[in-house]
Amino acid sequence: MTRYLLSRFVQSLVLLWLVSMIAFAVLHLAPGGPLSQFALSPGMTQAQIERISEQMGLNRPLPIQYLDWLFHLLIGDWGRSFRDTRAVLTVIGSHLPATLQLMVSSTLLAIVLGTWVGVLGAIRRYSLFDYLATIGAMVALSIPTFWFGLVTIYIFSVRLGWLPAGNMFTIGDGSLLDYLHHLIAPCVVLGLVTVAIWSRYMRSSMLDVVNQDYIRTARAKGVPERVILWRHAIRNALLPMITIAGLQLPTLLSGALVTETVFTWPGMGRLFLDSLSYRDYPVVMGILIFSAVLVLVGNLLADILYAVADPRIRLD
Amino acid sequence: MATDLADTRKRGAEPEQTIHVSRNRALHRFLRHRLAIFGALTIVALVVACAIGPNITPFDHLFIDIRSRFLSPLTDAYLFGSDEMGRDLLARLMMAGRVSLTIGFAAMVLSTIFGTVIGAVAGYYGKTVGVVLMRFVDAVLCFPNIFLLLTLAAFIHPSMMTITIIIAATSWMEVARVVEGQIRALRERDFAVAAEMIGASNSHIMFRELLPNAVAPIVVAATLTVARAILLESYISFLGYGIQPPDPSWGNMLNNAQQYLNTAPWLAIFPGLAITLAVTGFNFLGDGLRDALDPRLEG
Repeated sequence: MTRYLLSRFVQSLVLLWLVSMIAFAVLHLAPGGPLSQFALSPGMTQAQIERISEQMGLNRPLPIQYLDWLFHLLIGDWGRSFRDTRAVLTVIGSHLPATLQLMVSSTLLAIVLGTWVGVLGAIRRYSLFDYLATIGAMVALSIPTFWFGLVTIYIFSVRLGWLPAGNMFTIGDGSLLDYLHHLIAPCVVLGLVTVAIWSRYMRSSMLDVVNQDYIRTARAKGVPERVILWRHAIRNALLPMITIAGLQLPTLLSGALVTETVFTWPGMGRLFLDSLSYRDYPVVMGILIFSAVLVLVGNLLADILYAVADPRIRLD
Repeated sequence: MATDLADTRKRGAEPEQTIHVSRNRALHRFLRHRLAIFGALTIVALVVACAIGPNITPFDHLFIDIRSRFLSPLTDAYLFGSDEMGRDLLARLMMAGRVSLTIGFAAMVLSTIFGTVIGAVAGYYGKTVGVVLMRFVDAVLCFPNIFLLLTLAAFIHPSMMTITIIIAATSWMEVARVVEGQIRALRERDFAVAAEMIGASNSHIMFRELLPNAVAPIVVAATLTVARAILLESYISFLGYGIQPPDPSWGNMLNNAQQYLNTAPWLAIFPGLAITLAVTGFNFLGDGLRDALDPRLEG
């Protein structure tokens, strides 16, 4: 166990280092490099740009710059926003909860609905339901999230008037009920893809499990089918899904960005787009790196959790 | 469908046939896969419509006519209605389709070539080279692709070419993973060892001996990459960092649609349907190809 965790941890550190290299490359590959935003302002002379580049240490060799940049990253100094001079990590931190709430609620939706669809598809394999679920999942994966969001707003907000068209709260109302009312539409829109992916993996995980010897043993000793299904099959089929949940993080984050834009949800994705349009590069780069780190840590946690939950993994 | 899949599995267990026979069987299985046929037909229909459509319609996709703003579908010759500047929506949809489909195909070609080379080198040399390259792939996959794509898009001057390049730059990793696994497995096979023994060069073994045996999974991955590239293009164009107006793309046509959702919902509905149709088409086709070309996998 300790060995597995240790090697997994070292792997993540290596990945983290590679992620930092890629982010640094993106920053410097941009035409004009980190100073490109100054090149666009009209009153700027070449001499001034050179002076700033001198001040910021941009004329030093790249490896030195990289180490310096990495050092500041590690001690939590991610620079300051051009827009309001707040520290980048503070800005991200203030928008993160909204995004996490959206992601968690969509994942819960996927766990409940996706598991149900997947299990039913597996135990009634090749039935009409299984067939429709397969097609449904593929179509769901093909629908652009933002369009699904627009259609949802059109039907449930514009036509029926059941759900608010955006934002997190009604102005002047901050109750939990109001919040949940606002959460429904973005949660479902973001959840569509998640439910589709989850149901597919759950189905194949379930098919793996029902062919295992211990299911046959349980049947042979006369355990009722209901108990086999719930206690033996579904519980075991859910275990590998911990890893799948981790692997879905990048998709979920990308989806959250789009969903937040359509529903004006005040999360990290909205912040990212706002910062892009203001050319607030410290925040843009900060969110880019932060999201990658979030994915990395999420996957590491998922693997640890999986190892804790399933003793068979630790033996490898 | 049910019997199709059961048949597929049974055949997979049979001993290997000669290449000629198995190719016919692959075609047979493919033809029986109705969803894949539906996908292929959808793609052909969209490509044909976008290729010749703009030459047939009476409207120019950029022609602004303020007398005919917000016409609902089926008004006069405006089959799909008109937009906020009185431009014919159908004409714009077809021109946008040219842009979106071209970007989808081109990005697929670029990312497949790049992914194949990276995957082949990593799988063939293995050891340090392989580990380093595949770790790099893992690291790129840590970035949520929309975030990476938008950051890159903000740094470049948007045009069809640059958009294609950055989409390819963020979607080659799947192909690389598939190819790496294939090449690594094939490398141990007798024919590869034999080729090495008679002194064939590394690049000859890699690209002439091993790669042709990995074509099937590459084709499947490439088909699914077109679907993803079309989706990615629509995302960044919708968010304003892709193809710039007045040139239409399916994504940027939806850009303005949100504010007219109340009065002109067709502006939002049709472009989204076009994207969904195209992406579904490629996803169905890719899935069908996977069943047809690789009987060992089952969905």
